[in-house]
Amino acid sequence: MLAGIRTQDLRKVYTSPPPLAAGGGFGGRRSKQPAREILALDGLSLDVRAGEIFGLLGPNGAGKSTTVGILTTRVRPTSGKVWIGDYDVWAQQVEVKRLIGVVAQRPNLDFSLTAREILLFHGAYFGIDSRTRSARATELLERFKLSDRGHQLVRGFSGGMMQRLSIARAMMHDPQVLFLDEPSAGLDPQTRLLLWEIIREYNQSGKTILLTTHNMEEADALCQRLAIIDHGRDIALGTPAELKASVPGGFLLRLRFGAHSPEIFDRLKTLSGVREVRVLAPTDGEHGADVYADRGGSLVSEIASLAAATSAELSDLQISEPSLENLFLHHTGRSLRE
Amino acid sequence: MNWKTFFALLARDAHVARRNVIAIMLQTFLQPMMFVFIFGRVMVSSGYMPPTYKSLLLPGIMAISMIFTGVWAVAMPLIGEFQFTREIEDRLLAPIENDWLAIEKVFFGAAQAVVAGLVVIPAAWLLLRPGVELNLPSPLTFAGITLLVALMSACGGLALGCSIDQTKIGLMFSMVLTPMIFFGCTYYPWSALANFPILQKIVLVNPLVYASEGLRGTLVPQFPHLPVIAVFAALLIFDTFFLVFGLRQFRRKAVT
Repeated sequence: MLAGIRTQDLRKVYTSPPPLAAGGGFGGRRSKQPAREILALDGLSLDVRAGEIFGLLGPNGAGKSTTVGILTTRVRPTSGKVWIGDYDVWAQQVEVKRLIGVVAQRPNLDFSLTAREILLFHGAYFGIDSRTRSARATELLERFKLSDRGHQLVRGFSGGMMQRLSIARAMMHDPQVLFLDEPSAGLDPQTRLLLWEIIREYNQSGKTILLTTHNMEEADALCQRLAIIDHGRDIALGTPAELKASVPGGFLLRLRFGAHSPEIFDRLKTLSGVREVRVLAPTDGEHGADVYADRGGSLVSEIASLAAATSAELSDLQISEPSLENLFLHHTGRSLRE
Repeated sequence: MNWKTFFALLARDAHVARRNVIAIMLQTFLQPMMFVFIFGRVMVSSGYMPPTYKSLLLPGIMAISMIFTGVWAVAMPLIGEFQFTREIEDRLLAPIENDWLAIEKVFFGAAQAVVAGLVVIPAAWLLLRPGVELNLPSPLTFAGITLLVALMSACGGLALGCSIDQTKIGLMFSMVLTPMIFFGCTYYPWSALANFPILQKIVLVNPLVYASEGLRGTLVPQFPHLPVIAVFAALLIFDTFFLVFGLRQFRRKAVT
């Protein structure tokens, strides 16, 4: 059965501290502290098609982990509905749990067990018979390069090894929908490439994959479609190429000025190839503007002569090529990295 | 209800328990056995305690061992697994209602408590003999009491384990478990508190009282004890209360 993912008007307000990552929580309420309300999701609606790799891209605190938490029965939404395939996640939890595999942002491995036992028991929870279980565990340990550590307790594992094992565990019962919350955080570049390969391969067998990331390179390389979210809302949706094309011009030149006359901002707009000029609020006596344009480097000399002509003091200039980062900046006025 | 998953969860707990069997044995039996040796053997043989004390002590020791085992077996793993590492997450994602995971923990804890209780009898008897006079007028009543005590300990463990933070485990021992033992009619029958009428009433809120008195009433009925029927009723009430409260706390911890 192919299964997609749908969310409708999802809202989540935390009254206790929000989870550190995907479904994690501090548990008991601290009654002494006044309940602080934190709006994590603000009417998020998504439609992930069956069989696609879909990315949620956004900065820390955007609501990515909360979304994954709600979709995987770990976080209860304040309002709104979610479906995996035809199942309503909150009304049909057991059916949903059968369909999904989840990799949380922080490894939540069973520390009382060895790596191999973690896979075997996970398979047993899903009712897989012992021979299949054993064969599949061997295969996954091999695939994730953990064969030689299979019989060790996972306490002593490095972060990267735990992460690999978490992903292997999520694939153990061959779920239709795989959730990966920041899957490549803490992995070295080589392992990251291995992971990307495994994710693509898994997707080719018809599985739906939802991954969250704040790494644009990863979103760009891996995802067929992306939603960019910020403050619990989706601000843009499309294929990586569409999204990048939606930024006026594509190139972004960030300018900073010391002394200047406002006239320069108007004259910037008249340069050929400039599509949009956004004047930024001054900070620390510095003024700035983001210039979206069709070209990058070749504009620099023109901007410099314009600055000289208007006796503006150009203190900094950064050029970015068309990227999802530019898109995020264009929509939110903030950098993803901030 | 998904029995395959339920049994797999049980198998996982059994596997982990088997790995830690020596530590679990020491935790469960070392302290009660030392107590049995000092009070039942040293004090009696030196004449500070009457020889009949041996028989009076045994059910109390059995009650302590069972309650401790059950509470420990359920509460300690839960406290750890719900902490920062969220080790329990994997099992919360298993295809079964979350409540069944809690019930599995209770089932497993209760089974451990029964084993602990049944091991204490021969172990204490070996340490204390001769002079232990165990009567077992109604094995069925004894079995019923033992089961209810085991369930109470495991349900209590669920309630405690889902209500207490890792940083407060020490407090749990000094504020909850230690007073429970001393005011739990374990080393003396409830009737011995007759000279302290207020205290005698207050200790009735202590579930351990019913465990000790119930086991005393069915193992060594020659000593004064609370009516067995009252003990049954009280144990049932405590079992239900701890289970309902424990499940509620568990749900709060399980889903953010």
